[in-house]
Amino acid sequence: MARDREKPSVNASSMADIAFLLLIFFLVTTTIDVDKGIAVKLPPYSEEEPDQLKLKKRNVYRVVVNAQNQLLVRGELQRVATLKENAKRFINNRGVDAEMSESPKRAIISLQNDRGTEYGTYITVYNELKAAYNELWNEAAQAKFGFDYKDLDGEQKKEIQADIPLVISEAEPTGFGKE
Amino acid sequence: MSKFKKKRGASKPEISTASLPDIIFMLLFFFMVVTVMKEAELKVAVKVPSGTELEKLERKSLVSYLYVGKPTLKYQAVYGTAPRLQLNDQLSTVDDIPVYIESERAARNEADKGLITASLRVDQEITMGLVTDVKTELRKSGQLRINYSSTVRARALDQ
Repeated sequence: MARDREKPSVNASSMADIAFLLLIFFLVTTTIDVDKGIAVKLPPYSEEEPDQLKLKKRNVYRVVVNAQNQLLVRGELQRVATLKENAKRFINNRGVDAEMSESPKRAIISLQNDRGTEYGTYITVYNELKAAYNELWNEAAQAKFGFDYKDLDGEQKKEIQADIPLVISEAEPTGFGKE
Repeated sequence: MSKFKKKRGASKPEISTASLPDIIFMLLFFFMVVTVMKEAELKVAVKVPSGTELEKLERKSLVSYLYVGKPTLKYQAVYGTAPRLQLNDQLSTVDDIPVYIESERAARNEADKGLITASLRVDQEITMGLVTDVKTELRKSGQLRINYSSTVRARALDQ
């Protein structure tokens, strides 16, 4: 029995080809895009319009975007690029300027757009308002804990948010522009 | 000189390819793990806006997508060029949103139902009219966690 010593083996040289085939399939179908976006929590639906009459005028920062994508902040035309700094000054006024908010807790940013406003412009404006809050939180976190806001734990984040709550209230859009 | 003389001039040395399948398999597994199959064929053209204050969508399994944009060239003959909403595979109207949200909830675990995020993939050039209607309908359905899908903007706004 001279042949017994030779063990039969399956030819595995095509294994690489099979693996390649699968590899190429997955390479082609792969999309490694992380989904990112601006997170928003909508208010629950109710039939009545919330009335803002009892709010003091100084505590409301009214931002309007019209159908021509122009920005009106407290009755004055403004550029989107300056919106963040102005909003920050308004929120973090803490009673200094008589025209601006009494405290960040009472500050309300009211955003209104038209049905004809371009979505891209709306997002840019929303992004700037959110950036104002994010920067204020960062500054508060640095002053209080010495870290960036994103590095804080849940408890500390809550503390910062309790002091500077994010209030971006969206009014029912106007319908002047062409959709 | 005999020290350096080639002993086996005839046979060429060969690199062993026995580990090649292993390497390929390693790559294969990597891609298998990171692969996300496309959710749906897009019938509307969507180019999402860009922003800076973005948050990552943490759990992909808890995301429902709503696409809003103009129908792509292929579908313009049938659906026209007005902005449309796409849910799953088909173009829909805002009236279909409650059913869609309900079916998305039904597909999730009981514990995860409150954690679903609606990802709005909206073309940056369309107007807010339809987006507003979609938002109102989502609020009526109690789907309040939403996410405006955006890309990262590197440059600052024009002064």
